[in-house]
Amino acid sequence: MDKVLEVKDLHVSFKTYGGEVKAVRGVTFDLHKGETLAIVGESGCGKSVTSQSIMRLIPEPPGKFDGGAIIYKDNDLTKLKESEMRKIRGSDISMIFQDPMTSLNPTLTIGDQLTEGILQHMKLSSEQAKKVAIDMLDLVGIPSPHVRLKQYPHQFSGGMRQRIVIAMALVCQPEVLIADEPTTALDVTIQAQILELFRDIQKKTGVSIILITHDLGVVAQVADRIAVMYAGKIVETGTRREIFYNPQHPYTKGLLNSVPRLDVDGADLIPIGGTPPDLFSPPAGCPFTARCPYAMEVCDKMYPYKTKLTSSHGVDCWLQDERAQKLLATK
Amino acid sequence: MLGYLVKRIGSMAVTLLVIITLTFFLMHSIPGSPFNEERATSEAVQKNLESYYHLDEPLYVQYFLYLKSVATFDFGPSIKKSSQTVNEMLGRGFPVSFELGMVTLIVAIFSGILLGIIAALRHNGFIDYLAMTVAVLGISVPNFVMATLLIQQLAVTWEILPVATWTSPKHMILPTLALATGPMAIIARLTRASMLEVLTQDYIRTAKAKGLSPVKIVFKHALKNALLPVVTILGSLAASILTGTFVIEKIFAIPGMGKYFVESINQRDYPVIMGTTIFYSTVLIIMLFLVDLAYGILDPRIKLHKKEGK
Repeated sequence: MDKVLEVKDLHVSFKTYGGEVKAVRGVTFDLHKGETLAIVGESGCGKSVTSQSIMRLIPEPPGKFDGGAIIYKDNDLTKLKESEMRKIRGSDISMIFQDPMTSLNPTLTIGDQLTEGILQHMKLSSEQAKKVAIDMLDLVGIPSPHVRLKQYPHQFSGGMRQRIVIAMALVCQPEVLIADEPTTALDVTIQAQILELFRDIQKKTGVSIILITHDLGVVAQVADRIAVMYAGKIVETGTRREIFYNPQHPYTKGLLNSVPRLDVDGADLIPIGGTPPDLFSPPAGCPFTARCPYAMEVCDKMYPYKTKLTSSHGVDCWLQDERAQKLLATK
Repeated sequence: MLGYLVKRIGSMAVTLLVIITLTFFLMHSIPGSPFNEERATSEAVQKNLESYYHLDEPLYVQYFLYLKSVATFDFGPSIKKSSQTVNEMLGRGFPVSFELGMVTLIVAIFSGILLGIIAALRHNGFIDYLAMTVAVLGISVPNFVMATLLIQQLAVTWEILPVATWTSPKHMILPTLALATGPMAIIARLTRASMLEVLTQDYIRTAKAKGLSPVKIVFKHALKNALLPVVTILGSLAASILTGTFVIEKIFAIPGMGKYFVESINQRDYPVIMGTTIFYSTVLIIMLFLVDLAYGILDPRIKLHKKEGK
């Protein structure tokens, strides 16, 4: 499949009073055309920072880009001028944020907020832009869009607002859509509707989606491929099937064990003990060592190399080394 | 909307009535009267004068007589300047005071907001510190001190601007500057603070993610939200500018209303005291009303009137 976007060895840090937080420490992944890639991980693992770095939305300072490349259409986005980047934002790559209650401007009408992106990127009159906006609202399932266009965000429910945010992101037909926890702030029934909408839109427009989430339920529903992130690094990548049925990294296993299951009687929820490492001074070795039930001496000393299990399944873990004790690694 | 207007105008009338009543009785409770000066007048003349101005009647009768005349927009004759009515004095002084007040308000609002925005965008930079230092100075230096300093430097030492009076646009610069500095500083600080807060909001990030230019983000997305707190204080700021005009008019020999206001109190010129007070209060009440209207325009979530059944 064609690669739409490639992120290579991305490093991002934040300057704080307490010191420098290394939020993203060498993230590499690529996004294929028309697929949904889910980036999963617990709070603070750097998934949002990764996604916002692609759009160059990290405020600098305190944020700092420390190296790496983000390749989109033969351009390295990290090297573009701000004015060139603005042309890409919203038109080629667009983004949906977590909280629909706060991500719309309360003092502007929905129509205004929808059309301004169109007017910015496409050569259309405001009448035509309005038409595009109405079609878009229709696509995301907002009834009577003509009327709704003149209304303000506070006149919509949370689910409706998220639909509007999605419409806003799609209005210029981007190739890449980054959705940062798009369903986290919504209640479960609305979540399902929004996920359904994502699948629907992807079928209609062929947009590639990067879905940032900590919710494995969401991932199971929509992701084609999954990247598991931990402490600023991607520790395992694979197709949905590979990650859910054949997880190899102990952290991925831990994540899956901590999801409630309805299909297995008496299945216990097994939480991952401990907390993620302090990213002020990240460990030299595997960051999961302290919480890992299979930790070996080498884990603490050196970060593992990437092992390719299949063409799509890769994992950063010493257990994959042929010298590791296989018995321990089975469960 | 119409219901709201009627209700609002009703409450404005009540406010005004309270102000009239309080001022009237407070004014009469000050010892002395317009006619007891050191110069001795004969008792007969004194009596005649008092009866002419109804000052010999009981206070409540005077009160109702006054209300009656105010209701017909007649503020009565001045006692001290017997050839003039209060209406004439207001008619002459108000346009000048209004001009001074409005120019000041406009200068203060625009320069304050602009300064605030620049400071917020250059947050913690040199320009920010400079602007905020100027703002603190502006707040701490009283306008009469400002006025004298400006006259000393610009009019006396450098001789680029006229010292006083109100005859040409050039004459307006110094009084306006002196009067506008304080309010401008307050507006600048407030704009900066609320701008900084608004710029961290999620919808600003959304606007950035759409690829909008910084100018559009600041003026279309941020400013409208950042202005809400500024609009809130505009009412009281207008009041302070209004009262500030008394002093500034005096310093610059501007023929506005301030002169009448201050003189009338010193001289116990009852009708003039009442007339100017009522007039200033009316202007202020209307200002506050406009501020409330501006609120509704800036923020659609604020409804001035309740919808039926919702």
